[in-house]
Amino acid sequence: MKRDDGRKVDEIRPMEIVAGVIKNADGSAMVRMGRTVAVAGVYGPREYLPKHKQRSDRGVLRCVYQMVPFSTDERVRPGPSRRSTEISLVTTHALQPAIFLEEFPKTVIDVFINIIQADAGTRTAGINAASVALADAGIPMRDLVASVASGKIGDHYVLDLAGKEEEATAADMPIACMPRTKKITLLQMDGDLPPQDIKGIIQLSLQGCEKIYALQVEALRKRWKL
Amino acid sequence: MNLQEEYMIGLAAKGTRLDKRGLADFRPVTIEKNPISKAEGSARVRMGNTEVIAGVKLDVGTPFPDKPDEGTLIVSAELSPIASPDFELGPPRENAIELSRVVDRGIRESGAIDAKKLCITPKEKVWTVFIDLQILNHDGNLIDACSLASIAALSYAVFPAYDGTRVDWFTKTTEKLPMTATPIAVTVHKIGRQPAYLLVDPTREEEDAATARLTVSTMDDGHVAALQKGEAEPFTLEEVEQAIQWSLAKGKELRALI
Amino acid sequence: MELLKKERDVVIPGDIIVESMEFLPGRNTFRENEAILSKRVGLVSINGRAISVVPLSGAYIPREGDMVIGKVTDIQNNGWVVDVHAPSDAFLPLAGVKEYIDTRKTSLNRYYDVGDIIYAKVNGLQGTSIYLSMQDIKARKFHGGRLVRISPTKVPRLIGKQGSMINIIKDGTGCKINAGQNGLIWLEGEGMEKCIEVIGLIEREAAAEGLTDKISAMLGVTIDKSQESQEVLE
Repeated sequence: MKRDDGRKVDEIRPMEIVAGVIKNADGSAMVRMGRTVAVAGVYGPREYLPKHKQRSDRGVLRCVYQMVPFSTDERVRPGPSRRSTEISLVTTHALQPAIFLEEFPKTVIDVFINIIQADAGTRTAGINAASVALADAGIPMRDLVASVASGKIGDHYVLDLAGKEEEATAADMPIACMPRTKKITLLQMDGDLPPQDIKGIIQLSLQGCEKIYALQVEALRKRWKL
Repeated sequence: MNLQEEYMIGLAAKGTRLDKRGLADFRPVTIEKNPISKAEGSARVRMGNTEVIAGVKLDVGTPFPDKPDEGTLIVSAELSPIASPDFELGPPRENAIELSRVVDRGIRESGAIDAKKLCITPKEKVWTVFIDLQILNHDGNLIDACSLASIAALSYAVFPAYDGTRVDWFTKTTEKLPMTATPIAVTVHKIGRQPAYLLVDPTREEEDAATARLTVSTMDDGHVAALQKGEAEPFTLEEVEQAIQWSLAKGKELRALI
Repeated sequence: MELLKKERDVVIPGDIIVESMEFLPGRNTFRENEAILSKRVGLVSINGRAISVVPLSGAYIPREGDMVIGKVTDIQNNGWVVDVHAPSDAFLPLAGVKEYIDTRKTSLNRYYDVGDIIYAKVNGLQGTSIYLSMQDIKARKFHGGRLVRISPTKVPRLIGKQGSMINIIKDGTGCKINAGQNGLIWLEGEGMEKCIEVIGLIEREAAAEGLTDKISAMLGVTIDKSQESQEVLE
């Protein structure tokens, strides 16, 4: 099968990851997946206010995903939407299992994810950036988190949907995992698939996450290489 | 006043600053042309560690009743908490609104865009120009950085295809926006009270110590298009004159970068 | 029981350092089954059987006994609120100052006023509350000088083993330096510019080997060679 951008079905888009792009943040990263660009900045652990929201047994991870108004073809209205609010929540849940939050009771770790340019897979690019930014911020973690969205076009399982593939696919399934243990931390799907395809697509995505993980590791090492 | 502010004022008295610049010196400024291919025009401006992106989007809308044959301009700046530990979540507050209004006025009042040429059908259809400002790192002087990014993005922008009924953002034309001038904002900050010193392009640390500021938008022909005084400390007429002189000189340098 | 990483290797979260029960997980590491893994981006440090990771990045997390630099931001009736760039504001109670203060007779701003920069000791931690004390020989209020800020994870490198690095800088520049574990550094004196240059170099190259030699050569300071082999990460 030939894809619009010439990729093989099991190939991720050209990807670039840079750690430490926001000076003010405690940790940050930029991730480019094809034409999708996500920037993540981490602040904290810092005091969580108002106080009644604090947890005395652990810290709180708070992710805020948003699309910049000029990131898409048709301008996006600034401010939170129902969509961005949901993505913020599933992103928090995708990252939380990787973090030793119990080390920081009563605090909050803020992760801000801004999508600078959107061309499919923005939540997965956001999670990939946030994971590197958290590690860059020195937050104790048991693993990184890598994420990619895959689907099925015709008879083929297709890795890392881009551009108009989002319309052509029978289903759009973003996943995130902790690559070392292969544990899945985000799983969503919209579309129409026979159950036997689910496993195949997840397996394809897990392989894709391995490649993304390698790039995340490289970005973090590069930051401290002399 | 804390010791850091005292030290900065001591340096200013000697005509220098924490990062060894002169009082009328900008940090290194770079403009990246069209970093966002999805926008009709965009510009990334770096002033030292301050980094902003302006994106221009165009859409067809209805004109205001009092200006039936003119296109419209909407400038929005968001102080996203990604850019500074001091920025908070939530809708734009007064600082963000002042920032977008100062940028807006510099462009609008200078007539930099020929608004009449944005009219498609009088009273019915005109182009709306959206300028959205994304601040990626706040290390001071956001007004100047955002103004420069905005006018640069406008000058790089092209119209999307339009067939009379709908806009096709996938297809960009080669037609540029009807620009007539390049207004540039330069903000002069005042540190100390008695004696006080003026400086341009403050870092965040200098900005926190500043007692007042005056933004002057100047045009290609040396005219002034907009003024905005900020913060509570007053200015003398001599200081205003000095600010205008600096803005003209610095404006020329910045304009050459676009 | 083979070490997969060696001393000073850069590791990231989830990197396996050793797979053996012969070793013990120290700071910034955790055990999973037989393996010891890193929790943070940092440098591997092996001390006998203990494996730990010296972090290269991160916000300041206060520890008891730390000397920190902070700005007084508020005065309350029983002490001072101090911003020390930590997860929450710190508090300097009346009991934490050297003098006996009769609050009926003197107002607290006569001792420390809003805006004052102080060098204080972290005396106690309760939840996220940080209590400071000025009852330490090094504690003081600064007059004059200036502040620079570096990553708190680089402060141990700036100080060096038993102050070896910071003493080289003091000798080589003639500048007075007080380093806060929270990343704020106070400087005063003629050699400030040189000093800032050196601090910048340490911040950029904290992970490098032989940094002490490089700095002493740069400043023309001779160091006691017997100490060289002892150069450690913190």
